[in-house]
Amino acid sequence: MKLLTLNFLTCAIKTCKSSPSSFPLHPRDAELEIVEADLNLKFLENILPRLMWDELRVVVDELGLPTLPPTIPTRADLVAPSSPTSSSSSSDPAPSQTARDLHRILIETCVREGKLVCGNCGHEYAVKEGVANFLLPAHLV
Amino acid sequence: MLPTPSTSHVCFDRVYEPAEDSYLLLDTLSSASETSFLHGQFSTSPAAAEGSPLVLEVGVGSGVVLAFVAANAGTLFGRDDILTIGTDLNRFACEAAAQTVQKAVATAPTRFLDVVNGDLASSVRPHSIDVLIFNPPYVPAELPDYSHHEAYNEPLSAGKSTTFEQDSYLLELSYAGGPDGMVVTRRMLEQLPTILSSTRGVAYLLLCAQNKPEVVKQEIRAWGQGWMAETVGSSGKKAGWEKLQIIRIWRANTSILDSISSHNP
Ligand SMILES: C[S@@+](CC[C@H](N)C(=O)[O-])C[C@H]1O[C@@H](n2cnc3c(N)ncnc32)[C@H](O)[C@@H]1O
Ligand SMILES: [Zn+2]
Repeated sequence: MKLLTLNFLTCAIKTCKSSPSSFPLHPRDAELEIVEADLNLKFLENILPRLMWDELRVVVDELGLPTLPPTIPTRADLVAPSSPTSSSSSSDPAPSQTARDLHRILIETCVREGKLVCGNCGHEYAVKEGVANFLLPAHLV
Repeated sequence: MLPTPSTSHVCFDRVYEPAEDSYLLLDTLSSASETSFLHGQFSTSPAAAEGSPLVLEVGVGSGVVLAFVAANAGTLFGRDDILTIGTDLNRFACEAAAQTVQKAVATAPTRFLDVVNGDLASSVRPHSIDVLIFNPPYVPAELPDYSHHEAYNEPLSAGKSTTFEQDSYLLELSYAGGPDGMVVTRRMLEQLPTILSSTRGVAYLLLCAQNKPEVVKQEIRAWGQGWMAETVGSSGKKAGWEKLQIIRIWRANTSILDSISSHNP
């Protein structure tokens, strides 16, 4: 499962929802894989307003990936400064290194196996073959 | 007519095969009136600036509906930077649906996130969903015996196959809805106000005649705070009765607020 997906998931236990520590879920014993995908600059720009940046930084640190900048990039940060050699007008703007890094982390980095742990109740959700299992015994009565 | 996504890789022995209900969702979501509503909600309103809309399909099954939405986002929403996510109780459905959506968006700029094996929208961050779609188990029939779930939901290890009992159980999940066929749908409705975005959230829910759709819509309107429910698609009309219908659930006051603020300089 993609790291971007983690931005939208929380502990499935009702009483955890009101606790800030139930988000983000913390990856444990995670086996990561890179699934390459095309970088779409407009998409990355429109995803920025949806990111919980501080929480994303925590997850990235816990996975031992290169630390993200303390503040969320702006739209402008995602576009490479146009070099004098490239023709200025017609061509689409090129992604900056920041955009490439963000794309790699959010879209291409996937948790293949491992656990996602709630910081509030400690419940562990298993990820098997990329599919996270959020079922609780209480759901199945 | 927009093309129907391919589900030729899915084994329908244990995953719900697209049927009249699935196709009614496709037709309704791509109808002129719904695309116009969705364009208003997501590309022309001030709430469009809140970033990429997130579409959640609960009970994705084969993934045919979510794949259709993902592949045709530009037509449906007036923008193609849509995020899609699915959930299903049935792990085999999760795997099948992920493949269906992945195939359908291979050439589209839409992002498919993941399909999560879970109950309804219980694992989703509150107020994060812009569009929720649910074709529930709606048949008035005894609920499946969920005590088997863990055993029957195991991924297949190499060389192993499912048993007949297991497959029947997994298919039961897709249709059996308890008394009035409403047990699972009612639980979804309870979660809905906390799951949907408070500025632009909208849900599409399929109901059959035995679910008493008029009663369901009245109950939703009685939530107050501008909650609305209207029938926006139907099929199988018989003597004035629609066998199946799609209701749209949304908060009217948010769009009123939007139009007020957009009239301000
Ligand atoms: C009628 S089928 C619809 C499948 C697909 N969306 C379609 O339209 O073709 C209902 C689906 O909901 C799933 N389901 C049933 N109860 C559920 C629950 N509590 N949480 C998540 N999914 C559930 C079933 O496994 C099945 O895939
Ligand atoms: Zn928890």
